[in-house]
Amino acid sequence: MSVPAPRVWGVTTTVPSAPHAAHAPHVPHALPGAPRPAPGPAADEGLARRLKALACTAPLHDLDARKANLAGEYSVYAMAEIALAAIDLVTLNMDFDTGADHDQIVARLLPRVAAQAPDRTHAEHERVARWVLENLINVGSADRGFRAVYGTFGADGHYVRRDYDFKLIEEVPGPGGSVYLRTTDEAVNVLVGALDTDVTSAQIAAEVKLEVLISRGRLADAQLAAEQARYRTVQYAETLRRTLEATRRNVRAVDWLRQVPDMIAEALDHVADRYRHENAILTNIRKARDEAEDPEHKRRAAELVDIVKDCIRRHTQLQSRLLEAGPLFRAEQDRQAFAAPPARAGLDLYGQLVAPVLPLPVERAARVTDAYFARGTGLRTPAAVRVGDLVDLLLTPPVEREHLGAEMPEPDLVATPDDSRFSDEQLESALELLDLPADAPRRLSGLLAEARRRDPDLPYLVALLAVHAASPPVGTAHRQGEPQLLFAVDDGTQLDDPEFGGADLIVGTARLAAAVAS
Amino acid sequence: MTEEREERQERADGAELREPAAPRPAPTAGDVADAARLVGFGLQPRLLPARDAEYAELIRRHREDPGFARLADAVAAGLGLIVLEVSPRAGMAVAAAEDSVFAVRMGDYARRAASDTGDRFLHGLAHLAAAALAFPRPEDLADDGYIGRITVHGVDAFVRQACRRLEERADEAGENTDPASDAPGLEAAWRVYVRRSATGATKDARRLASSTTGIIGKAVAFLVDSGFLQRTGDEHGGTYRTTARYQLQVRDMAGGAAMAELLDLGVVPVSDGSASLAPAAADDDFLAADAGLPFHAAPSS
Repeated sequence: MSVPAPRVWGVTTTVPSAPHAAHAPHVPHALPGAPRPAPGPAADEGLARRLKALACTAPLHDLDARKANLAGEYSVYAMAEIALAAIDLVTLNMDFDTGADHDQIVARLLPRVAAQAPDRTHAEHERVARWVLENLINVGSADRGFRAVYGTFGADGHYVRRDYDFKLIEEVPGPGGSVYLRTTDEAVNVLVGALDTDVTSAQIAAEVKLEVLISRGRLADAQLAAEQARYRTVQYAETLRRTLEATRRNVRAVDWLRQVPDMIAEALDHVADRYRHENAILTNIRKARDEAEDPEHKRRAAELVDIVKDCIRRHTQLQSRLLEAGPLFRAEQDRQAFAAPPARAGLDLYGQLVAPVLPLPVERAARVTDAYFARGTGLRTPAAVRVGDLVDLLLTPPVEREHLGAEMPEPDLVATPDDSRFSDEQLESALELLDLPADAPRRLSGLLAEARRRDPDLPYLVALLAVHAASPPVGTAHRQGEPQLLFAVDDGTQLDDPEFGGADLIVGTARLAAAVAS
Repeated sequence: MTEEREERQERADGAELREPAAPRPAPTAGDVADAARLVGFGLQPRLLPARDAEYAELIRRHREDPGFARLADAVAAGLGLIVLEVSPRAGMAVAAAEDSVFAVRMGDYARRAASDTGDRFLHGLAHLAAAALAFPRPEDLADDGYIGRITVHGVDAFVRQACRRLEERADEAGENTDPASDAPGLEAAWRVYVRRSATGATKDARRLASSTTGIIGKAVAFLVDSGFLQRTGDEHGGTYRTTARYQLQVRDMAGGAAMAELLDLGVVPVSDGSASLAPAAADDDFLAADAGLPFHAAPSS
């Protein structure tokens, strides 16, 4: 094994450093007919790849093996199943900017955990969910990851044990200092398998398959395909997010002449294409949903509609990101490229220090960073303490920590002038007028006349409320559990009124079903 | 800048030996006290002459009175300090010599770093990467008026991106970068960074100290205390802008020292003075352009 010393950005020339290659004098010469230790590097590589894939599943098996060690009787829980569900949840909740929220994932895991042991307490379910999630992150280790050891034969026939480090769920910083979860590529591969293929083509394949399945009415399979398509959509968005992030950081870090514009054009085409495609699918499934006789089919089609809608949402999000990239580049270009030429050549910190250091073996790289650290951190004035002060310092009681923080200043509030068209009393009066019994709707003309008798200004408010009621927000009211709802219907009668024209609406109160049920 | 410093250093060293031939009043005890006070101001890196009238007056005197300047420089040299610049914008910018009592030692900075090579590297890299992002182009480091802006998450993302490219290259080349189990020191440096989590949840909602953003956060907080950065906001893990002192320190001290160490390791980074944060379009093109200059003059170190 030699130390990997790839040139970075073509600026570094690394003197071959191969402390290991030096001690390989006794290369085993394969005797004719004798079995070679490995049938060839390609086969060995394939073996290593499979070993790594196998290693990725180890943490899941490990959960079930270790549950016996937990204080309490936990064997009833299928930990690997919970873990896979957790990885599923995190993958599906990964958004563009952030990942999935820790507590949210735990909350969504709970139903499954609870289903496995319905007679246990809620606290225990939550403890199990947290335990699984923390073990998938591997909270105890410094790297918060896993390590597996596998062996390969080097080019010279030596057997080398290597460390394979991987993560399943990683924690990423979110806005405002919060921590979010993302699944790693390894985890996605464990989950759905063989995903590290070309994202675009894989997605097209999945969608063509979906369309065929839909047209043949095989919805059960279609749902599986649609879910896989969504995983791929997420992965595709993730790839693009990384590229755009690099662009945002430094305009020179990315090839804006060809590579990125091509990439953005490609991605925009992709979004447009997918959008059309998925809308077509959506129409098809909706039709399937509405026409399906079998309630099971209907339900699956409805789920499918949700999944495809989510795909479309992600594509739209991706598109808005893509459109932001151009202006961002131009702004950075203005700042960086059109400045006055440099007075003198300086040190290129990235190209001459960071880039050459990163490929070095860590032992050697640390020498460079040590040298930088020693000279680059500034100075500290050593504290000199007198014995007399020390006594005082040690005897001073610790300061009570303020839990509530500093006192909030009294806000200086300015009363805003009341410029409402109608007063509270008028509103009350109008609502009282419109508080009709459910079985006795009234004509608008009658309501207006009655309102006019109370207050000459009131008819305007009543008319306004009645027109509003012509398109009542049934869904919202239903969700919020309102017991009843004001509605207005036009039956074609003309309104005969000195101040208002139009239809003489029938205004009434409708009872909502959910409220009746409760 | 370097020559100027050396010259001053020389003058400071030989202050007692080479008494000026021209008639000049011998420094009084008061002058020495003033010179020492100026150095004392210099040791408070967050203090700026613009904020303190006495400091500003001493800076002015240092610039106008060569005798006083020599005296102040001699005091600094005697304390184990290297004078980088004395100006109204940076104040008396001094850096600690390697064996000085003012120098910062890695073991005091981070306890774990003393025993663990990986941690030591990560802490050092955090400082190096912060500077690289603060001064992305050579022009930025050379331009006295340049103010860099960095964020904690930005530094992390930038190093991760660089590491990811190395990973992709290694993958393309079909290299197996997994380190041998019995030789952890031979693991490629970028892998140590990639392996470490970017962040992590902790019980008290603080940044996980061993995560990369924790390490970078520690570095920038330390640089703020050194008067090298000023905190401007909380977005993206904390946003900061650079000070004149930081530029001086990186340009005249740290960059050169790290470069010398790198050259010592046999790695010769070539630069034509332009920023290399851009990738070469194709490797072959780049080689053709610079093939004749394998040992292109490295900047003064």
